[in-house]
Amino acid sequence: MQKKRLANLILITVVLSLFVSIPTSFAISDAYKGNIYQVGTLKPIDSKLKVKIGDPAPNFILPPISGEKVSLSQFRGKKNVVLSFVPAAWTPVCSDQWPGYNIAKDIFNQYDAILLGITVDNIPTLFAWTNQMGQLWFPVLSDFWPHGAVAKRYGVLRSNGVSERALFVMDKKGIIRYIDVHDINKRPPLEDLMGALEKLGK
Amino acid sequence: MKQILFYLTIMILLLSTLAFPALAANKPPQKGEALPVISLPIPKNSDERNYLGLSGSGLFKIPQVKTKVVIVEIFSMYCPYCQKDAPGVNELYRLIENNPDIKNKIKLIGIGAGNSFYEVEVYKKTYAVPFPLFPDKDFTIHKACGEVRTPYFMVIKINEDGTHQIVHNQLGNYPGAEPFLELVLKASGLK
Repeated sequence: MQKKRLANLILITVVLSLFVSIPTSFAISDAYKGNIYQVGTLKPIDSKLKVKIGDPAPNFILPPISGEKVSLSQFRGKKNVVLSFVPAAWTPVCSDQWPGYNIAKDIFNQYDAILLGITVDNIPTLFAWTNQMGQLWFPVLSDFWPHGAVAKRYGVLRSNGVSERALFVMDKKGIIRYIDVHDINKRPPLEDLMGALEKLGK
Repeated sequence: MKQILFYLTIMILLLSTLAFPALAANKPPQKGEALPVISLPIPKNSDERNYLGLSGSGLFKIPQVKTKVVIVEIFSMYCPYCQKDAPGVNELYRLIENNPDIKNKIKLIGIGAGNSFYEVEVYKKTYAVPFPLFPDKDFTIHKACGEVRTPYFMVIKINEDGTHQIVHNQLGNYPGAEPFLELVLKASGLK
């Protein structure tokens, strides 16, 4: 009986230690200095998807930081599209996500894909924030007003008004082929996204 | 009561052992201190293995590199400043390798905080990084180094007796290859 108790205890402890070992760390580039607001660890996902793989992607028209408004449908028949929703400007993981995509332009090109970055922040905020990232090659769109309407349509608007950290891949016909509503506290590995793009060609 | 204490002790011991790698240092290792224990995979690429003076496979620790000084850059492919500094850090490698007086005395490695193997390779290819880069996908090394911001440079002096200590560390502010090399030479006593 005692042996069984001890075995159960060890099992529980091992499982507990797995949770303790889950990485919650993130590297912050010195580029942002002390300007990143620490949000702490958040509920991993706080919304319910309203689209699924195989659905036609809901169209939208959003203003970018500069230039003409961008619609999803303008890429129909021309480019695969990656939508990268990030929760908010000036927060830890988000600030270290798009700069990586910024040096992966060749890989996006290889898969004939355009990347559209989206947050629910307003344009002045996005302007100041993305300026710290260097010159981004992809459009950054503001889903600020009506607040988070596109995020809501896709089912990735969290209860506190920011979006999930989510990736959607659409093929040239505008069909959703990949969805990753990621744990908001972690950055999605680049290889998962690129693996999804690679599959479009097959 | 004794039984409860017994089980509690076992639980604490197990938790502290199993969860140990996840515990973060609360500050970066300081000048004069030794590095935290960092195990890296011996590179599969023979040029990189030769560069570090390593052989075989498995893991190695930084003080095992056959040299007098190791410069470690903690970087991330997602970090704009690391990206901006990348050509200058490559230049540092070339300055060292092209100088016969220091070529075998200073080695350079990079550790990609939170970066997977794939992500490190993207960075390496984008900037044609000529020195070995290692992934730290689950932030284990980054945590052991006090969760520093990036890029973070550590200069480690390896002594004749196999001991080592950090002789310089700095967050960002990379001054360019020549001034940084000068700083490394002075801090390590190579000059």
